[in-house]
Amino acid sequence: MADAVPLGVSSPVPTKIPRWSRKVKADNIAGYLFLAPWVIGFLAFIVGPMLASGYLSLTKYSGFGAVKWVGFQNYDKIFQDDLFYESLYNTTYYAFLGVPIQLLVALCLAVLLNMKVRYVNVFRTVYYIPTVTPAVANVFLWVWIFNFDFGLINSLLRVVGISPVNWLWDPQIVKPALILMSLWSVGQQMVIFLAALQGVSEELLEAASIDGATNFRRFMRITIPLISPVIFLNLLIGIITLFQTFTVALIATNGGPINSSLFYVLYIYRKGFQSFEMGFASGLAWILFIIIMVITALQFYFARNWVYYESGAPS
Amino acid sequence: MEREERYIGSISGRIMAYLLLALGAIISLMPLYWLVMTSLRPAGAEFTYPPEWIPSSFHPENYGIAWNRAPFWLFTFNSILVTFLATLGTLLTASMAAYAFARIPFYGRNVWFALTLSTMMLPWAATLIPRFLLFKFMGLFDSLWPLFLPFWFGGGGFYIFLIRQFIMTLPVEMEEAAVVDGASRLRVYLMITMPLTKPAIAAVGVFSFIHHWNDFISPLIFTNREETRTLALGLRYFGDEQFTEFRLIMAVATLMLVPVLVVFFAANKYFVSGVALSGLAGR
Repeated sequence: MADAVPLGVSSPVPTKIPRWSRKVKADNIAGYLFLAPWVIGFLAFIVGPMLASGYLSLTKYSGFGAVKWVGFQNYDKIFQDDLFYESLYNTTYYAFLGVPIQLLVALCLAVLLNMKVRYVNVFRTVYYIPTVTPAVANVFLWVWIFNFDFGLINSLLRVVGISPVNWLWDPQIVKPALILMSLWSVGQQMVIFLAALQGVSEELLEAASIDGATNFRRFMRITIPLISPVIFLNLLIGIITLFQTFTVALIATNGGPINSSLFYVLYIYRKGFQSFEMGFASGLAWILFIIIMVITALQFYFARNWVYYESGAPS
Repeated sequence: MEREERYIGSISGRIMAYLLLALGAIISLMPLYWLVMTSLRPAGAEFTYPPEWIPSSFHPENYGIAWNRAPFWLFTFNSILVTFLATLGTLLTASMAAYAFARIPFYGRNVWFALTLSTMMLPWAATLIPRFLLFKFMGLFDSLWPLFLPFWFGGGGFYIFLIRQFIMTLPVEMEEAAVVDGASRLRVYLMITMPLTKPAIAAVGVFSFIHHWNDFISPLIFTNREETRTLALGLRYFGDEQFTEFRLIMAVATLMLVPVLVVFFAANKYFVSGVALSGLAGR
């Protein structure tokens, strides 16, 4: 933008004021008419609910009958609640361990699918299939695959002489097991990485080869910095998504064993929709919102140190 | 996106590449093989030890038995209705918003666009309870309305962004010529921009179809009776046998997966390009 010149200087032709303003008016009307559904939806389903949620968190409300104002009581209760800390711990563990592993796997798969061989498109399709599998079907399938006596994984382990693992019913193992399960459907991140890899300049890589850089070195020194904006994007979205893990915990383990897979949103669901403490649950929801915003802001802050933008700052 | 591919030269390099690719493909498909094989096992044979890789006999009648355990025809109808209406609303209103963002210079456009992008980072769980109460007060709780109505209001920031990015890549000359000839914005949008935006519309259509067909959380929160259940939810309330008759659950899961795979294979081209387009958000 350094070479931008003020409009008045660059256009010596006098503008016809009345005509111009009529067009501006028409554009404004048309713009907001086209945008109207979204604006209404934004207010009704996002802004309104966020404000309502904040208000509800200061009340006692069961979903029926009267709403009773209680001030900050819900927050007091939340901060003294063992299950709040436990679910927050479980969720943080799951997200902070799960996202890096997911991204690593997705990136490896993308590198694989970026190899220059014939029929690689067929593999691209096949690798994505797990990601379109319905979440419920996916969870039931994996409960069955993780089954101690009759499951696929333990029977494979027995074949190679490793003793079977109690995947979903051991408090120490359930979270890693759920992360393992999530690795089966990292197609979204994989395709985003693949698109980024295809945008990496061949000339740059070839120049590095001529200078004697090994494949690994080229990957670390050229490819990774060039795709860092996309790593950052996947990291942001991954943390937000995994902090809201719900379906798998509800169906596969229902939070167990002994609350070791009680994730935060499952706890919100239980409080709000099973014990009908809507005020308490809204407080939990607001705290989650703030936690996610803080993590996201921190990531943007630290991104300056490692995310490389070819054309200066992101727009 | 496509460019001149230069294939790996050495034979050993190519063999290595295919071995790795095949390994990944096996890992991708193995659970699905297990899904289908379990669904075809004889009654009780889920629990034989050691598990059979290939069932001793095939029992496609499992599918009929499973389908009759619950009103799955009704669930299917509900799923189709919700998926269709939600996708239709998304395509219409998201493309309208996208057109405004891409083409019409109106006051506050950048602010609204930034807000739209920021909604992609808003955790859905934060607004879950008020949305539930909103639908309850509107008298729409326990109907199919909450599952598609919100998608007639822009469809979601991600879809708007995706279509907008695509429109930005289109040349603007044809539209400008039409405006000079006196065409209204609505006419330009319908007659010129939308036909050219087909690839992005198709991508959003596929995303939306798969999302709503698979969606579990909204029906779980916003519906209650058996009459309003969708397939995803129906699968969960399969019966008390949930964890004992895996072959029947796997049969229904397989049936639920079929339409998704059909759409995915039919529109694969749009799907992959759509995800790729979304990745450009980071650039």
